[in-house]
Amino acid sequence: MKKKNLAALLMAGAMCFSLLAGCSSKDSNASTPGTDSKESQSAGNEGGNSGAATIKIGGVGPLTGGAAIYGNAAKGGAEIAAEEINALGGIQIDLRYEDDAHDPEKSVNAYNTLKDWGMQVFLGSVTSTPGAATAAESNADHMFYLTPSASSTDVIGGVANPLTGSVDIERRDNVFQMCFVDPNQGSASAQYISDKKLGEKIAVIYKNDDVYSTGIYNSFSAKAAELGLNIVSTTTFTEDSQTDFSVQLSDAKNADADLIYLPTYYGPNALILTQANAMGYNPKYFGVDGMDGILSVDGFDTSLAEGVMLLTPFNADSEDEATKSFVAKYQEKYGDVPNQFAADAYDCVYAIYNALKDENVTAETSASDMCDILINKFTSMTFNGLTGENMTWSAEGTVTKSPKGMFIQDGAYVGMD
Amino acid sequence: MKKSYLSKTNWVNFATYGMVIIAFVVMQLMGSAGMLSSTIRGQLVPICAYVVMALSLNLTVGILGELSLGHAGFMSVGAFAGAVAAAALPISSAPLRLGAAMLIGAVLAGLVGVVVGVPVLRLNGDYLAIVTLAFGQIIKSVVENLYIGMDAKGLHASFLENRITFTDGGRMILNGPMGVNGINKISTFTAGFVLTMIVLVVIFNLVNSRAGRAIMALRDNRIAAESVGINVTKYKLMAFVTSAAMAGAAGTLFALGQNTITASKFDFNMSILILVFVVLGGQGKMWGSILAATFLTVLPETPAMRELRDYRMLVYAIVMILVMLVTNSDKLKGLAGRIIPKGKGAADNG
Repeated sequence: MKKKNLAALLMAGAMCFSLLAGCSSKDSNASTPGTDSKESQSAGNEGGNSGAATIKIGGVGPLTGGAAIYGNAAKGGAEIAAEEINALGGIQIDLRYEDDAHDPEKSVNAYNTLKDWGMQVFLGSVTSTPGAATAAESNADHMFYLTPSASSTDVIGGVANPLTGSVDIERRDNVFQMCFVDPNQGSASAQYISDKKLGEKIAVIYKNDDVYSTGIYNSFSAKAAELGLNIVSTTTFTEDSQTDFSVQLSDAKNADADLIYLPTYYGPNALILTQANAMGYNPKYFGVDGMDGILSVDGFDTSLAEGVMLLTPFNADSEDEATKSFVAKYQEKYGDVPNQFAADAYDCVYAIYNALKDENVTAETSASDMCDILINKFTSMTFNGLTGENMTWSAEGTVTKSPKGMFIQDGAYVGMD
Repeated sequence: MKKSYLSKTNWVNFATYGMVIIAFVVMQLMGSAGMLSSTIRGQLVPICAYVVMALSLNLTVGILGELSLGHAGFMSVGAFAGAVAAAALPISSAPLRLGAAMLIGAVLAGLVGVVVGVPVLRLNGDYLAIVTLAFGQIIKSVVENLYIGMDAKGLHASFLENRITFTDGGRMILNGPMGVNGINKISTFTAGFVLTMIVLVVIFNLVNSRAGRAIMALRDNRIAAESVGINVTKYKLMAFVTSAAMAGAAGTLFALGQNTITASKFDFNMSILILVFVVLGGQGKMWGSILAATFLTVLPETPAMRELRDYRMLVYAIVMILVMLVTNSDKLKGLAGRIIPKGKGAADNG
């Protein structure tokens, strides 16, 4: 008995050590981006740019857990931007991402960790529910907050609830979004479907414990009612039930829906498409920006996605020079095709860099002063990035870029117009 | 030494009070001296909430001897009732509002405890574990479908669909699956400390009372206890409802220290996490629960763990396994017994 215990202890200890060893060797190889940017930053300083400021930019996202694909994509995009900027000389960026496992409580812990580190500008949370928590926290600290992808109105605040018309959360003046805000996507999809007469009978499947999905659905249903779209089936699922969609699909099938609207992320969407196909049900699909990424899901038969329509600000197959170079770098570094989360985060870092470049910020500028400078700058500047041209921000924190309709043809995105 | 004025149980109880008071004073002093990092300061209230959760579950698991797998459900009831109450109560003083919200959270969670406990605690065996497991899921579904808003006329509620219409100046408080957003953070470390002390006083006095001895007799041998005329359902219910009410108060404390709470936060994993605190700290040992809850809440957020990046949660799990093995190893216990002179190492049954 005792021998057994001791053996178990030894095993666990060995596991622990091998892990730690793995980590440290990884760090010493400088393959972690934190070290990378630090090294290039010091190199830049040696190169005579002693006047250039080093700005500490922090970000929070789900780097582990069920939503990790979004967090890691955003982190990857931001890192590439930081490396490019540091290579230019001038203002240097020290970038650090912390994990929140898609949990509001942990996201505040992660935010506090970054604050202890000396963060001056906050890249926000990647996902919406934690994003609302960190937005409130950063608002209390007066820390500038530009989120790549937390698209809920609860993050920026000050937007009326589409169902009740009430403003539930006051505007947080330090918070800006790089992605388009949820209601914008919902009403834009309804408008698209109506304008292009994409479906006679429409079914909606959405995730009702998710701020993102529910937010889009609410504005979609409000706009659809206004436009007189015929919604024949509305079904929901939750985090716990996102592995089986036979009930939702049968409901849509029995109602003869010819178009299914999916304001959800691509993970569940891939399952929905696969299961519908297995049922012998082949309607048209319309997704929003969360659908972007469906082609890179492991084990998913991409031929099923043929003809799927989606709204997305970013197209990795674009012929645009900047996009091509970004996609190439991302693929080289991470081995994946970047999705819109990566592109949005890349744009975030560049937008902050552009704003800071024009102002006399130094490494000593406090986070609060920097926040004032950036709020002024963001509401007055124009930005060209991977996810849109001539973007401007309103004082409400939303960006002007509008969703583009795409559809999937031969495993690639094609513009819908 | 043997004939000390205080019994061993009392000694452990006072040491537990002392430990909590010293921890509070030290943290307060360090806080006022500016020695605490933002991370630690942000965690003080959640730590208190988790400590109270662990203490309250220890009452059910360690003292009553019943397994509850849905303790997060009671926390959820307290959290949402408290968050709505704090937003709706017309009390301007923040500490008073927090106290009133906690009371409402505790009473509601206690009532729910009665509803769950009355039918189930009559049965023998593991039924409570199964029913509480289901209860946790039910509470989650209910909250995810509940919409509560408030305007000048008062509270409005709607179930399944948000059908609330406001006259003017209204705002949604509980928004179904999106939970409560934009909470006014009124929970303080002091409030958490006071709650922890109250809970400790309640538990120690309950355990040391006639009722407490009856409860422990039920745990040790139900048939023998019944044969001497102990009312099984009454005493089981007493311990279970007290535990539920304390979890409700902890839920309110937790919720009012967060910006955002969603029903999915209080899921099965949370119940298991609280159970881990109890098992790790030792069933029936209140000081163990306090230490385990604090240690396991702080650990993943320490700078050293953050440095591990992607391996953080893996290492966290391994540390947990190691601690379990070490605390349950007879060899190491014997070693500890040799180092610490007689008696203290084996201070069982607090």
